[in-house]
Amino acid sequence: MCTHSLPMRQLILGATILTLAAGALAAETPNLGKAITPAEIAPWNITVMPDGTGLPNGSGTPAQGAAIYAQKCAACHGENGGGGMSARVIGGPPKASLDGGKTIPNFWPYATTLFDFIRRAMPYQAPGSLTGAEVYALTAYILAGNKLIGEAEVIDAQTLPKVKMPNADNFIIRFPERI
Amino acid sequence: MTSKRTRQSEPEVVAGNGLLHRRALLGRGIALVGALGTGAGAALTSAAAEPMVDGPWSNEVGAVIPPYQVASRFEKNVVRTVDNPDNLPRNSRARTPHHLLNGIITPNGLHFTICHGGVPDIDPDKHRLVIHGLVKRPLVFTLDALARYPMVSRIGFVECGGNSAPLFSNIALQENVQALHGLASCSEWSGVLVSTLLDEAGIDPKAKWMICEGADSPRLHRSVPLTKGLDDAMIALYQNGERIQPGQGYPMRLWLPGYEGNMNVKYLRRIMLTEEPAMSIYESKTYSQILPNGKAYRFYFLQEVKSFISSPSHGMVLKEPGIHEITGVAYSGTGRITKVMVSADGGRSWAQAVLQDPVLPKAFTRFRIPWKWNGGPAVLQSRAWDEGGNAQPLRADFIAARGQTSRPPQVTGFPSQHYNSITSWAVGTNGEVKHVYA
Repeated sequence: MCTHSLPMRQLILGATILTLAAGALAAETPNLGKAITPAEIAPWNITVMPDGTGLPNGSGTPAQGAAIYAQKCAACHGENGGGGMSARVIGGPPKASLDGGKTIPNFWPYATTLFDFIRRAMPYQAPGSLTGAEVYALTAYILAGNKLIGEAEVIDAQTLPKVKMPNADNFIIRFPERI
Repeated sequence: MTSKRTRQSEPEVVAGNGLLHRRALLGRGIALVGALGTGAGAALTSAAAEPMVDGPWSNEVGAVIPPYQVASRFEKNVVRTVDNPDNLPRNSRARTPHHLLNGIITPNGLHFTICHGGVPDIDPDKHRLVIHGLVKRPLVFTLDALARYPMVSRIGFVECGGNSAPLFSNIALQENVQALHGLASCSEWSGVLVSTLLDEAGIDPKAKWMICEGADSPRLHRSVPLTKGLDDAMIALYQNGERIQPGQGYPMRLWLPGYEGNMNVKYLRRIMLTEEPAMSIYESKTYSQILPNGKAYRFYFLQEVKSFISSPSHGMVLKEPGIHEITGVAYSGTGRITKVMVSADGGRSWAQAVLQDPVLPKAFTRFRIPWKWNGGPAVLQSRAWDEGGNAQPLRADFIAARGQTSRPPQVTGFPSQHYNSITSWAVGTNGEVKHVYA
């Protein structure tokens, strides 16, 4: 029965395998996800990366942030950021240890994390209620209070990723082979 | 200490202080004498037999069968401990009562829970899961759509990276197994593999991470290596057969078998594929562990091989000398447990425990060994090995590498994370069991 030349047989075999693979894939994937556009995702797309990707337009200064802090943050985080029911955000011990004391100036490796966390999670009782400019201002207030930027500096999408955090290079990847 | 088996009634002692061969009592019809008291005041088996009487429940009609059965009213003490009952503006935790449970499955209502902004009340019909970033086709899924996908069911543990953190204390805190190890639980999870949905979205070859985000009030997000997402990550919809509970991420959670609990994002609403990690607060600050040399670990991820004895354990009282079962759980994020050794003399000698079937990868494994307590002081320990060849570290080695506090912390505090060393329970001559370092 076999009259095909060898190349032809290989071709047919190859085509059969391709067809089977495509068929198996189609059978396994219901494809019930609906296409969604970046504009539709935008309200949820709030991740700020260390390189500044995801930061919105707008800006804020430490002075602007101080007023917002007193109104919306001090009840939990204490007057002048010194801590209360919730963690201090300004000052603290020079070094963290197993006894505690991880702070923004002595531990946090990226200033962008500050913006990201405030915007997504704060104030605790009304998360998601701050404008981009308010978050920039609060970030500036906390960074200035910790002497990580000057009192007159403006924080925005360009300046925030450039803020040097003192502890940034003090981390060891635990299991590099798992990344 | 080894003696020959000369009589059926004297099982073989295989390690110091009365540890018996792990199979000494299996199938030999020897009743376990002695009773463990947990405050319930059970009658001793040594009491003289009395004529049997019917209880009132034998002579009257029972209650109507409820649509959803809960535990007997006599089990009202079998509950989680909650550390933020007034929902103050901070994290809330509920811990599993391991000392009151047996087997490997944690009942859903007793599974540990940590929330960073209370338990959200999510309408499943309005919940959405978005997959975007470095994919060819950004997609959005409803719960109804995901429920139509081919599912898998796997039994596995979830453990908070901070479970057992009180054992970083320089002094052994006088707390029970629930307070010390209650942030680990084990369930059967059923859901859709993440890889299935990522394949549909089409992974850009540049993608290395998936940033996973919840719909809770802190919109908690964690960066997960894409390799894990394509390996065994699941979008879990069911827990022990029923829809996952609100404390576990209803209506859907990310389940990363063997990885730090916080990464198992609950209320999952978004997966964004990226080249780099997001350095969220939980990965860059909270779950970075300070080391004795002043540096800190980043991306620990793995819950390493570990075990602890759940009974006897701190707070229990052995009513009388005689044979008792030592039991607990062992687990490893690397894979299956291969061996658990138990000591009754503070680690001077060890005997191999029975591993109760089933022994599953990245799941609780129940271990058991009979012990003949002679009424003298004893220190009970367990130590586990996994199929990756990893041994649960001894405490001295562990503390040397990872450090300890200089003063006792609050038991609800987290001096560091990923404690997987040994737990010791001392049994006094009065039968009281206490947490010690040995």
